[in-house]
Amino acid sequence: MISQFFVLSQRGDNIVFRDYRGDVQKGTAEIFFRKVKFWKEDGQEEAPPVFNVDGVNYFHVKIVGLLFVATTRVNVSPSLVLELLQRIARVIKDYLGILNEDSIRKNFVLVYELLDEVMDFGYVQTTSTEMLKSYVFNEPIVVDATHLSPLGPAGLFMQGTKRMPGTAVTKSVVANEPGGRRREEIFVDIIEKISITFSSSGYILTSEIDGTIQMKSYLTGNPEIRLALNEDLSIGRDYRSSFGSGAVVLDDCNFHESVRLDNFDVDRTLTLVPPDGEFPVMNYRMTQEFKPPFRINALIEEAGALKAEVILKVYAEFPSSITANTIAVQMPLPKYTMRASFELEPGAVGQTTDFKQANKRLEWNLKKIVGGSEHTLRARLTFSQESHGNITKESGPVSMTFTIPMYNSSKLQVKYLQIAKKSGTYNPYRWVRYVTLSNSYVARM
Amino acid sequence: MAPPAQSQRSSSPSQPSGKGEVSDLKSQLRQLAGSRAPGADDSKRELFKKVISYMTIGIDVSSVFGEMVMCSATSDIVLKKMCYLYVGNYAKGNPDLALLTINFLQRDCKDEDPMIRGLALRSLCSLRVANLVEYLVGPLGSGLKDSNSYVRTVAVIGVLKLYHISASTCVDADFPATLKHLMLNDSDTQVVANCLSALQEIWSSGTTTSEEASRERETLLSKPVVYYFLNRIKEFSEWAQCIVLELAAKYVPSDNSEIFDIMNLLEDRLQHANGAVVLATIKVFLHLTLSMTDVHQQVYERIKAPLLTLVSSGSPEQSYAVLSHLHLLVMRAPFIFSSDYKHFYCQYNEPSYVKKLKLEMLTAVANESNTYEIVTELCEYAANVDIPIARESIRAVGKIALQQYDVNAIVDRLLQFLEMEKDYVTAEALVLVKDLLRKYPQWSHDCIAVVGNISSKNVQEPKAKAALIWMLGEYSQDMQDAPYILESLIENWDDEHSAEVRLHLLTAVMKCFFKRPPETQRALGAALAAGLADFHQDVHDRALFYYRLLQYNVTVAERVVNPPKQAVSVFADTQSSEIKDRIFDEFNSLSVVYQKPSYMFTDKEHRGPFEFSDELGNLSIGAESSDTVVPGHRVEANDKDLLLSTAEKEETRGPINNGVYSAPSYDSSLVSLSASQSQPDVAISSPTIPGHAPQSSLAIDDLLGLGVPAAAAPVPSPPPLKLNSKAVLDPSTFQQKWRQLPISLSQEYTVSPQGVGALTTPQALLRHMQTHSIHCIASGGQSPNFKFFFFAQKAEESSSFLIECIINTSSAKAQTKIKADDQSASQAFSSLFQTALSKFGVL
Repeated sequence: MISQFFVLSQRGDNIVFRDYRGDVQKGTAEIFFRKVKFWKEDGQEEAPPVFNVDGVNYFHVKIVGLLFVATTRVNVSPSLVLELLQRIARVIKDYLGILNEDSIRKNFVLVYELLDEVMDFGYVQTTSTEMLKSYVFNEPIVVDATHLSPLGPAGLFMQGTKRMPGTAVTKSVVANEPGGRRREEIFVDIIEKISITFSSSGYILTSEIDGTIQMKSYLTGNPEIRLALNEDLSIGRDYRSSFGSGAVVLDDCNFHESVRLDNFDVDRTLTLVPPDGEFPVMNYRMTQEFKPPFRINALIEEAGALKAEVILKVYAEFPSSITANTIAVQMPLPKYTMRASFELEPGAVGQTTDFKQANKRLEWNLKKIVGGSEHTLRARLTFSQESHGNITKESGPVSMTFTIPMYNSSKLQVKYLQIAKKSGTYNPYRWVRYVTLSNSYVARM
Repeated sequence: MAPPAQSQRSSSPSQPSGKGEVSDLKSQLRQLAGSRAPGADDSKRELFKKVISYMTIGIDVSSVFGEMVMCSATSDIVLKKMCYLYVGNYAKGNPDLALLTINFLQRDCKDEDPMIRGLALRSLCSLRVANLVEYLVGPLGSGLKDSNSYVRTVAVIGVLKLYHISASTCVDADFPATLKHLMLNDSDTQVVANCLSALQEIWSSGTTTSEEASRERETLLSKPVVYYFLNRIKEFSEWAQCIVLELAAKYVPSDNSEIFDIMNLLEDRLQHANGAVVLATIKVFLHLTLSMTDVHQQVYERIKAPLLTLVSSGSPEQSYAVLSHLHLLVMRAPFIFSSDYKHFYCQYNEPSYVKKLKLEMLTAVANESNTYEIVTELCEYAANVDIPIARESIRAVGKIALQQYDVNAIVDRLLQFLEMEKDYVTAEALVLVKDLLRKYPQWSHDCIAVVGNISSKNVQEPKAKAALIWMLGEYSQDMQDAPYILESLIENWDDEHSAEVRLHLLTAVMKCFFKRPPETQRALGAALAAGLADFHQDVHDRALFYYRLLQYNVTVAERVVNPPKQAVSVFADTQSSEIKDRIFDEFNSLSVVYQKPSYMFTDKEHRGPFEFSDELGNLSIGAESSDTVVPGHRVEANDKDLLLSTAEKEETRGPINNGVYSAPSYDSSLVSLSASQSQPDVAISSPTIPGHAPQSSLAIDDLLGLGVPAAAAPVPSPPPLKLNSKAVLDPSTFQQKWRQLPISLSQEYTVSPQGVGALTTPQALLRHMQTHSIHCIASGGQSPNFKFFFFAQKAEESSSFLIECIINTSSAKAQTKIKADDQSASQAFSSLFQTALSKFGVL
């Protein structure tokens, strides 16, 4: 059971503070913040999400720069508390539309209303956005979304393709549209995070896709929904050999509790009555081979005394109809590197380069990469001392971050999204969106 | 709640410091209090918001209590809620004012809107004022019977709140029985779940240690109750499911078919997206199958995939919590995970607390078939920009090498590290090479060739420097310029800040001298001179000792300083298997994340820094023998685990004694000393296996040929002292106490020839003492000198006795020093200890 819950700003101010049991002293917020801030003298290591100071256990998760914290004296399940903190953040976001310091400060009374019902005496009562609706009486004060950094992967769709209404993901589940009526719509996002390690020869050492089918429903009356996935989808590693190419083989997956799997074994459909708010319908994990969206080629060569040249090449191996956004490539250089001068390919648009003195790192940012294209960066390095031995070993690995809307590497698909009809004219908006993100995308030298 | 001192707590200049603003608020609230004017509620809302926001940032606004209460006479529910929040926060600190709220809260408890009823009841029970409890009983009683389930859920938790304010009021009103009835009959699952939580807390709290409490705890764990919950588990919210699963994990099925029924029923919970549900389910599976080895292993196979999915699907924080549990399982059964090693590769963007866990898992799962790949991967991290992780990775490589898989190749890699010319890599690698050489002296040629090329100037870290110096001394015959390197190091004696390095330098130059006297003589002289002048006591003493030793006889000196060494076979594990078992019992709790059993962090007494001093660090920690005598102690946390220990599941065990943490009802199983004067050994032998233990300890005695008649042993006169057979003390607490406490008794004994004979295996003594409830925390030494640290605890309280016992088998003498929390009991304890020793032949 939980003693206290609080939200701290980046500077350590209390934004919300709720004491449920009164068995932990006040001032824990300060103790906590000091501990997190000065975890290791050198500042190199982050504080773990769970730690104990003088018999009080502190749990925290970081969300949009805020610290969501719970304390207890009891030996509870850490998974439960961390999951709960994450869920509280999600519920608050469902109500406020946007989750950030400003929106919580403006709506703290509403947040207290939620916290009152989420837990009683430190025992979780409910985290269902829908059930909480009947206990919340404050109207959310909506903060301006346009100049705020979006939250989480779903926020990516805001600048994404034209098909998606930008306001959708920042809409509160309780606030009405200006017209007074709610728009009937449902969002299904397939979000995949890719982890790959390429060996120095370009061979894939490890690869994994961690995916989520996330749903956000604004449908009134909670109609039943059927979600059909690829028919040839199989789950479990045993299947790997028995299917030819093209079939999607997941290692494992799990489901939200509202999902019914009665027909899943037959036709790969999920049936559910979506609760209000945002929630993951299904999480999945895949280590089956797939085509990586990018290949990276990195080379560092000595070019005379105290000099070296770096050549970085990035190949986009996805269809030309698709464009990746906000690509960043980073490469640690030998620590005796003094200067780096860059040479972009002729006619390069929207590319920037930088050499970070402090940690001796090369950074290459590209606004966009169109599928099928290839980009090169050359850098000339000047060293402060003679390199002894192998400069390749003293640089790298190259890491890359990117976002690719409307693309997913696993080939998992939502074939159709069926909403149980209330009437012939009922035809809500359905948005099925895909996005691929980098998780750990690394090429060794 | 907030003491007045809190008012000075405002942190930033933009925030109001208190006084002025608060008094402003006060007068504004007063104006509005009686107002029924239109719009008054809106102004009140604004003011209330201000009050709550001050409260949030830590300004004391308790002075407006009266005004807040006056303003709360409203039908506006938002206002009411803010007022309830305020009142809940300040009532405890202002009991007189709290009385003011009773009236309107009680009225609201009868409101026709169930929401208002619920909210008011919740606030009423949250006042935490002891002398107001009489006002709670009525509303709670009707709340529990309310037709609305929301009010009932609130009332159930309200009962628990009341229990914490005044247990007797709660019990007198017969609320626990009502909860029990509700738990088994209510239609609303949240009411049912709250009843379960509340009853668990009530029956396990310190104030209910009666027979009744333990009977009630048993009822909660009875088959009908557990099945009642399990059969409707899917109707519960995901959080309530966790509570039910936690209960099921403690249930003891009567036969195997029950076990399979439960597992089949819960199978689909492993696919839940909530990690807490999955981990709670896994705990049930693991505990149910403990005694079924094959099935237990299948469970490991089954839970692998769901765990890995959880690790990769949640936020970094959630995946850390799951990964900690995976780590525990991997450490328990590495072979099951050996083909999954790639999942434990580190990703560059992971936080270091995740990487550290993964490195340990990689180390653990290394076997013949995957070592090459794992070590290759680890070597990549060694060049990492993240220096702490690079260091850990090198250490991991070393640990794998010490596990004996493919040592050949690994030694090559380690030597490559030395050639990387990064300071920290060299430092870590040197320490490792030293450890490797201690285990595999046959590699000395290859290693020494490389180590010889390292310039000592590039090695700065004391540990690494000490390792290098140790190798210079140990292998001085193979390293051409060893004497000269040592000499140059000695020249810089004054610049060497680490005493550890200087100590090693003294020893190394001695060893070098024995092998290559003419070349080293000068250096040795310089070293001894510098050592004698050293301000550090240890360094000075060692130098003096060497000097005198050399003066006395060089051959003897060589035998002392550089005797032939045996290769180390196993480096001591830092955690005893007993502790590991206990952490496993506490699966799905903080114990797993902290890698400590709960008694080490939930109990005040056991807090404190967890570091080993050199003395204990050099000895092997934990009595290895404890497992053989008392298989897997299971000590439950004092507050949470109200239900019976899992150990009871195993049929082979007799009545369980939960040691210090158990309810005193178990005390009946202890045989008091005064009642059994004629058989003193019964009184102090383990009560775990009554009737059996004394015989077994006698059997050991017989084996050892110690025919000491029990009656002849000195019998201590009352006061009777009973020892706790399952006493627990972690090494750091032991050390702390050892340092703090004065010596209460110190004695010398003679060891009989039989005792000397028995001591060829020091474990025998540990086992023997354990049957007398005296536990070994550390032991060490080589024939003829043995050193033991024991501890014992009183049965009723956690007062401890600490004992140091030094036995020299060649002189047949034993010396003991006893320290005690309770000095007055040390004499009595000493007698017990002596009795125990005498059975072993130490008189």
